[in-house]
Amino acid sequence: MSGLIGKAGRRGDLVQRALGSTRFTDDLHLPRMLHGKTLRCPHPHARIARVDASKALAMPGVAAVITGKDLPERFGIIPWTPDEHPLALEIARFVGDGVAAVAAADERTAAKACEAIEVVYEVLPSAVELDTAITKPEIGLGAKRQDNVSKAVDLAFGDVDAELAASEVVLEGDFHFEGTAHVPIEPHCAIAQVDAAGLLTVWSTTQVPHYLHRELSRVLRLSPARIRVIQPPLGGAFGGKSEPFGHEFTAAKLAMITGRPVKFLMTREEEFYLHRGRHPMRLSFKVGARADGTLTGIDARTQIDGGAYSSFGLVTTYYSGQLLTLPTTAKSYRFSSTRYFTNKPPCGPKRGHGSVQPRFAFEVMLDRLAERLKLDPIELRRRNAVAADSKTINGMRVTSNGNLECLAKVEAASGWKERRGKLGFGRGLGVASSAYISGTNYPIYPNEMAQSAVQLKVDRSGVVTVFNGASELGQGTDMLLATIVADELGLPLDCVRVVSADTDLCPVDLGAYSSRGTFMNGNACLAAARQVKAKLIAAVAAKLEVPEDAVFVTRGALCVKGREGDAVPVDEAIKLAEARFGALGAVGSYKTPPKLGGEYRGGTIGASPAYSFSAHVAEVQVDVETGVVDVVNVWCAHDCGKALLPTQVIGQLDGSVYMGVAEAIFEEHLISPSGLHRGPNLLDYRIPTSLDVPAIHSMIVESMDPEGPLGAKEAGEGPLHSSIPAVANAIYDAVGIRLSRLPFSPGRVLEALQQRGRG
Amino acid sequence: MPEALVTLSLRVNGDDVRVAVRPSQTLLEVLRVGLELTGTKQGCDKGDCGACTVLLDGEPVLACLTLAVTCEGRVVQTVESLTREDPLVDAFDCHGAGQCGFCTPGMLMTAKGLLAKHGRPSRETIKQAISGNLCRCTGYGPIVEAIAAAGEGRRGKKDEEPLPAPLPSWEAPKP
Repeated sequence: MSGLIGKAGRRGDLVQRALGSTRFTDDLHLPRMLHGKTLRCPHPHARIARVDASKALAMPGVAAVITGKDLPERFGIIPWTPDEHPLALEIARFVGDGVAAVAAADERTAAKACEAIEVVYEVLPSAVELDTAITKPEIGLGAKRQDNVSKAVDLAFGDVDAELAASEVVLEGDFHFEGTAHVPIEPHCAIAQVDAAGLLTVWSTTQVPHYLHRELSRVLRLSPARIRVIQPPLGGAFGGKSEPFGHEFTAAKLAMITGRPVKFLMTREEEFYLHRGRHPMRLSFKVGARADGTLTGIDARTQIDGGAYSSFGLVTTYYSGQLLTLPTTAKSYRFSSTRYFTNKPPCGPKRGHGSVQPRFAFEVMLDRLAERLKLDPIELRRRNAVAADSKTINGMRVTSNGNLECLAKVEAASGWKERRGKLGFGRGLGVASSAYISGTNYPIYPNEMAQSAVQLKVDRSGVVTVFNGASELGQGTDMLLATIVADELGLPLDCVRVVSADTDLCPVDLGAYSSRGTFMNGNACLAAARQVKAKLIAAVAAKLEVPEDAVFVTRGALCVKGREGDAVPVDEAIKLAEARFGALGAVGSYKTPPKLGGEYRGGTIGASPAYSFSAHVAEVQVDVETGVVDVVNVWCAHDCGKALLPTQVIGQLDGSVYMGVAEAIFEEHLISPSGLHRGPNLLDYRIPTSLDVPAIHSMIVESMDPEGPLGAKEAGEGPLHSSIPAVANAIYDAVGIRLSRLPFSPGRVLEALQQRGRG
Repeated sequence: MPEALVTLSLRVNGDDVRVAVRPSQTLLEVLRVGLELTGTKQGCDKGDCGACTVLLDGEPVLACLTLAVTCEGRVVQTVESLTREDPLVDAFDCHGAGQCGFCTPGMLMTAKGLLAKHGRPSRETIKQAISGNLCRCTGYGPIVEAIAAAGEGRRGKKDEEPLPAPLPSWEAPKP
């Protein structure tokens, strides 16, 4: 440890990105590169009777056209549910499903060629609305074509019926969320190239280069040994780039056919159709409590609108229930979640996968219970808090737990006790708390290998290169690993280079999802750095003829206890070590402890080596004339174990609150009954500008996780969860209305205010 | 019929350049593809996100909505004209005023245009000025603080932290 960890300071790697020297995927331009475009289906559900590309192929500048028949293999992120084709093979399942793809000299020619492709569609009955999917099983969007069900999960822990029957208070509530999109500012882009030796290289805006590598191999029927996937730095992702997409395969196929590099860059409109955004959900909750506030039972029923394909749906369905048993628990819990296919853009994981929607419902239920029981809502949460070093009712192992400290921090910072309920009509405070995983113990495809690995190469010049498979999205994994290595070895930060997410150069990492980066990469990196450190210490000890345990690392040098004058600069120590041990390098890897999670089917889904905790207090001002909700302040306290890079952690907290508040008050991903997106652009699907954001007060809580790297846990997704219910509960405190449908738009607020006036 | 090419002369980041463009091409396309200045980003190509903001005769404009032929004889400044020693860039780094960095070039150019007009803009003025530049990572708070700090001549809240040293001159040791 040489003092780099835990210091707030420069972002460090922002300058390269800010000034344009970082090459994002679309910034890459290869010689003789062609540009691709996808022809997309205009119907929500249709059989493709005939495709005639002859006119397109005859156009000057058009190099090749492919259709579903050129890539007949199915793919999907979850190995049990591969149900997508790069281009629809026989059936297109949503407006926007790819039907044909063109490679041409430039984007305009490719787009014109797409228009010249003649497709005959037989329009099929469709289920655009969730209700249709539920009531018309004969549409047959499910795997066996007998219904529209994607996945159903029913799990019960304890006797919910008996507990509720014996409760003093039982409340019921229905909630509705219609879906939101990720909207990274960087659109999806992929470039493929085949070299003369037959190696296919794909550069792509992906969060999962390893899974893309596997799926490219399967779909293209090409040995993985002949494929290299490179993920350039990403311009944001938020979960929207965490599975393979059709254009990655079509770029590869067209490059193989034409022998020239091919680039596909998605338009902003296409972004909204590729989607994979947060699932629409309808939730019905029943929660019981005793008079003293002890929660007795939770009974949750959830219908999930999955859109056209499986995506991560199997996991989403589990997560919609499994992640609700922390930080506040009841004596019994049951959930029943069913994900349906609809003829809409496919839904997937967005920051806080599957668990943000039920968290909204549950935290509002807690607020209602507290009111009924005449208890402070924070006190209600305290009385039912899961302890550190315990097991949840659904069998999840809990280690470090900063939940109570998070609650205490937001309570104090917001002036909760003095101000809540006393701000006058129109202004109010609301609280919520939540927990989230730091990666899961279950890899997407079952295997016994490492989930994350880091390789260090040490150069005589005093530079260490970190090769790692993790995906830098802007969240800061590159800087994190550089800092861990620099800190362990006493090197200046600019003497550590990071090469990431290149399947030819870097050892495996499963991807940037499930908030696994800091925990898993960090641990792998620490393991590698400590091996190198041991060699440096051994070499210095031998040279100075002192015992190894007398040598320690400081910034810039290795020193001997009590003999500070004998300091050996780190670059000298590297040379000594290389002379003594041969070329210097190390590999570290991380794998979760075995047997995490419950002993039942699905018991490992949601099982994590460590959980993060968040608490939020939101302060809102509701304009009763216009229905506009102004979120004035959000206090967010988050237990990230140990803040290795505090500037980045605060950035994740701020960004999570921003995104959650946007979902609470104005973002809504709406599809019309015809299957068309209501406004696939950034003017109609409005994301917050600098004028729309609350004052965000982010606070770090450090619980020092026993298994996290230097004590750290996740910070990127957890702090979003509580934002939405905190706003909902604040609106109740302000004007006495309970809004069950997100977002809390002016129309809905006014309607609820009018009903309240009448009631 | 392919469009006839037009020769365009303009001054970009201090250099006089002549480039052949099609009349339908945007300034964004000419900068990114023709002149290989990929620091200016394409986020929406519709004028909604602000990622392509550059200075045209000192005024922030959206390069995706500006036809290249309208820039004849004009002065264009892109993010490539800035350096890490620039107090504004340094303040962004010190405040963590960017994460993925994709909106940052456009944000910096908007801020440059603002600071050229208002030496010390208030936070309200800053929020107004950058309201056309969408950021999906930060929640904007650190960006507003960084611009305010640069306007006030402060480097950032971490003034004590030195700017990373430029590449030092170095002599090889004698064998």
